[in-house]
Amino acid sequence: MATSPGTSKRPMRLLRNLNAKIASIPMVATALVIFVGCTLWTVVYSFTDSKLLPRLNFVGFDQYDRLWGTRRWLVSIENLAWYGVCSLILTLVIGFTLAALLDRKVRFENTFRTILLYPFALSFIVTGLVWQWILNPDFGVQQVVRDWGWTSFTFDPLYNPDIVIFGILIAGIWQGSGLIMVIMLAGLRGIDEDIWKAARVDGIPTWKTYVVVIIPMMRPVFVTALVLIASGIVKVYDLVVAQTSGGPGIASEVPAKYVYDKMFASQNLAQGFAASTMMLVSVIIILIPWAYLEFGGKKRG
Amino acid sequence: MVDASQPRGPKPRKRLSRGNIMLYGTLIVVAMYYALPLYVMIVTSLKGMPEIRMGNVFSPPVEITFQPWVKAWSEACTGINCDGLSRGFWNSVQILVPSVFLSIIIASINGYALANWRFKGADVFFTILILGAFIPYQVMLYPIVIILREMGLYGSLWGLVLVHTVFGMPILTLLFRNYFTAIPEELFKAARVDGAGFWGIYFRIMLPMSLPIFVVAMILQVTGIWNDFLFGVIYTRPEIYPMTVQLNNIVNSVQGVKEYNVNMAATLLTGLVPLTIYFVSGKLFVRGIAAGAVKG
Repeated sequence: MATSPGTSKRPMRLLRNLNAKIASIPMVATALVIFVGCTLWTVVYSFTDSKLLPRLNFVGFDQYDRLWGTRRWLVSIENLAWYGVCSLILTLVIGFTLAALLDRKVRFENTFRTILLYPFALSFIVTGLVWQWILNPDFGVQQVVRDWGWTSFTFDPLYNPDIVIFGILIAGIWQGSGLIMVIMLAGLRGIDEDIWKAARVDGIPTWKTYVVVIIPMMRPVFVTALVLIASGIVKVYDLVVAQTSGGPGIASEVPAKYVYDKMFASQNLAQGFAASTMMLVSVIIILIPWAYLEFGGKKRG
Repeated sequence: MVDASQPRGPKPRKRLSRGNIMLYGTLIVVAMYYALPLYVMIVTSLKGMPEIRMGNVFSPPVEITFQPWVKAWSEACTGINCDGLSRGFWNSVQILVPSVFLSIIIASINGYALANWRFKGADVFFTILILGAFIPYQVMLYPIVIILREMGLYGSLWGLVLVHTVFGMPILTLLFRNYFTAIPEELFKAARVDGAGFWGIYFRIMLPMSLPIFVVAMILQVTGIWNDFLFGVIYTRPEIYPMTVQLNNIVNSVQGVKEYNVNMAATLLTGLVPLTIYFVSGKLFVRGIAAGAVKG
């Protein structure tokens, strides 16, 4: 985080800074009531047997036992794992490759960048609906290839339980990779021209310069991209709702959808609380190593 | 857009080397792939249903019809309401305007207080706020239902406005704080010497100096709120569903014959608002997401 450029300010007296404190009330309220308060509330109530209404009748880890014994939850976790790993790797690779290509002093760079980034302006609902249509087996990609003469060609990810999550992945990557490209491009632009000159003088081939010199130098950018992608993955919800509604059957369910359905559709509140707490735990597992890497070495964050 | 990308015209050094052909070739293919869904949306929305059943998603329309657009806007049904997406559009506008306004005012004052009037403990709350941006929304959904119900706002537009204001705060506060911190401190000190107070400095110095960041914040919020689905579906009721939610209900409704052309017209209509902002604002949009992303 950027720190104040000037020297540290004199400590001001309580009353003279009153206006600043009044101005900060929304921030303090949001931080304490919503982010801390609501989170703790949910965690506490995940240990109860709340059904239609929340009530404080503690049952220990029962909800978690039930959660991990539910097939739908296990499918959700498995889907998220597949989606997460693939999306992480592919988005990073595609984002970096595109950024590197655009960084080669390309003409019409702005045009290319505009085209590659526009999906990011669209919502997951719009993204999901378009790709649902493109992947439609009767009119979409599958039919086009069959019309070309390859009549036995099958590509119907949204109707095949085994690969449905990859159908969602296609849409997810289309939507999100532009953002990563922009971040990577900003990172590449921050690298000193002299490094390229030095590499050229030494006769190192371009691809090797990227792998050996540039990528290690861009570590902070990669970390940012990684955190960004990862925290987006856990929240995946709209895309699935729009594209498959969790189907066929339960084949493309994700944790966020499990939470929503338990809380607002099947009146099983505590089960939803437990599931959302598990989501929180997974985010914390992602965040702690990052915070450690980012701030661990320095004295202050 | 794509066709203008041939490597032509005078260029220093080698211009049609094998490397360059590969480079531009790859970029053009990739760009075509990214542009494809937009093309499909437009093409499908201009075809009649018989034509869709005969052809495939990529074939251009033989007979252009705007009927699907009319139907999507004013006739498509969700549940018992058959007044099309126009209902959702106006709902979204009613949600969007106060949410964007409120969240930006609050966050800018907040960021200003954090940058120039730091008080003890401010950093602690700010850190919580930023970390809060990483908490999955699912953890906070239900308690917020209770809070809104207690306030009598559950299921109303204003309830949703409040939710958007709250969840927009981390990123916006960060954006404004960083911007105000970068403004030379001497300016602030000079104003202090001249006797300007907290609000005086904000309105007369900071606000006029920071119009670009306000535009960035606005782009960020308009796109984000317009594209929101989760909060809309939870904190409002069907009659006042925002456009994005209504779109999903129209397209994924199980009743009746699927009218793919109407569906794509509806999808495109909903996407038109953020797309317009994106294509018009260009660099500022990129700046917004970069500012949000790099230290998000």
